[in-house]
Amino acid sequence: MRYARHIALNEVGESGQQKLLNAKVLVIGAGGLGCPALQYLAASGVGTIGIVDGDTVDESNLHRQILYTTSDVGRLKAEAAKERLKALNPNVSINIYPENLRAENALEIVCDYGFVIDGTDNFVARYLVNDACVKLNKSFVYGAIHKFEGQVSVFNFNGGPTYRCLFPENPQQSQVPNCAEVGVLGVLPGVIGTLQATEVIKLILGIGEPLSGKLKLINLLTNSEQIISFSRNEEQVSKAMKIDLSESYTDESCAAPESIHPNELAEWIKQNRSINILDVREAHEIPKLNHPNVISIPLGQIPHRAAEIPTDKQLVVICQHGIRSQHALEFMKQYNFPNQLINLEGGMAAFHHHTSTL
Amino acid sequence: MKLNVKYFGMIAEWAGSENGQLDFSGTSVVELRSEIEKRIPGLNSSSYQIAVNRVIATDEAIITLGDEIAILPPFAGG
Repeated sequence: MRYARHIALNEVGESGQQKLLNAKVLVIGAGGLGCPALQYLAASGVGTIGIVDGDTVDESNLHRQILYTTSDVGRLKAEAAKERLKALNPNVSINIYPENLRAENALEIVCDYGFVIDGTDNFVARYLVNDACVKLNKSFVYGAIHKFEGQVSVFNFNGGPTYRCLFPENPQQSQVPNCAEVGVLGVLPGVIGTLQATEVIKLILGIGEPLSGKLKLINLLTNSEQIISFSRNEEQVSKAMKIDLSESYTDESCAAPESIHPNELAEWIKQNRSINILDVREAHEIPKLNHPNVISIPLGQIPHRAAEIPTDKQLVVICQHGIRSQHALEFMKQYNFPNQLINLEGGMAAFHHHTSTL
Repeated sequence: MKLNVKYFGMIAEWAGSENGQLDFSGTSVVELRSEIEKRIPGLNSSSYQIAVNRVIATDEAIITLGDEIAILPPFAGG
């Protein structure tokens, strides 16, 4: 019996396990925090799990994003995670959203779930998670990490405080540290993401004391832990309620480059949307993208041919699996291109796969 | 009065230490804020919260001798 050790606990029992099986939890971000959270939610028998993540697995993810193996590099995280979780517990139903959470899709995705785990990696997404959850009256478990330190809290639980009550100001882009790739101890998101799963499970079961109104701080180097209390701020709650998601977030693109799912690019092309496409593959690589505004500059030549890159329209950067194009974007970011730079998720391999199955 | 201050995240890096002592002559959190911002370059353009005795404090809250101060930035990483 899979859940025997859960059921043996007085605090869980048959009825608690049934609550887990009936629960629907959305994990936003299947990265460092999302991976361990997902793993424990699936193992624990949370009946329906949603995964929102538009990224593909990069080799540099593997030291902490433990759902993925070396052979997953280049695959969509949401797909690779689903496969792994299904193998772990086939009784769990997994819905995947292989796209980034955006103002336009946030409410629609979040509304189907009872609880949310915030495993995102930038402030724009974190405020978006907050505002969507406040609008829809969903509790969510926050986790965030920096090098060796982590923060965990439960927001918007039973009239408790929200993320904006704790941190009212959305930090300026210039001070967003995740975009400037700081390092992180691989095990840290394991600790914090596992605590997030713990808090969600407690909320589902209605046991123990949730971290509502409390920010748990952990430093793995010094082994220090403390809990800071804070209260609800009605002004900040109503700010989240009043925000028009589609208006407030569209202009606020993070300094991190955005990405686009192959289906969405196919849709843009069908609509004749005004875009330029930069193909950073070598000349011999196929399939080619059939589009009038494609310019080809192999990744290695980008530094000395940067002047050839058009800046008059949104620029979608493509390669075979979405990795080289991401490197190209990272490089181009330094040059402050005036136009929006967008990565094709999964590259032409994924684009070909999706468009041939449409 | 001398206050014990704990710094977290990147603010600890800017302060050069996770624990510091601050000679503070004011009374309120808002005064403490400007005092700390004078000492830690970069802090005035950052968002952070001040906790007094492990409770997030408003700008008007009064600080007294022996209070434990924590300077908390939000973390983005995930």
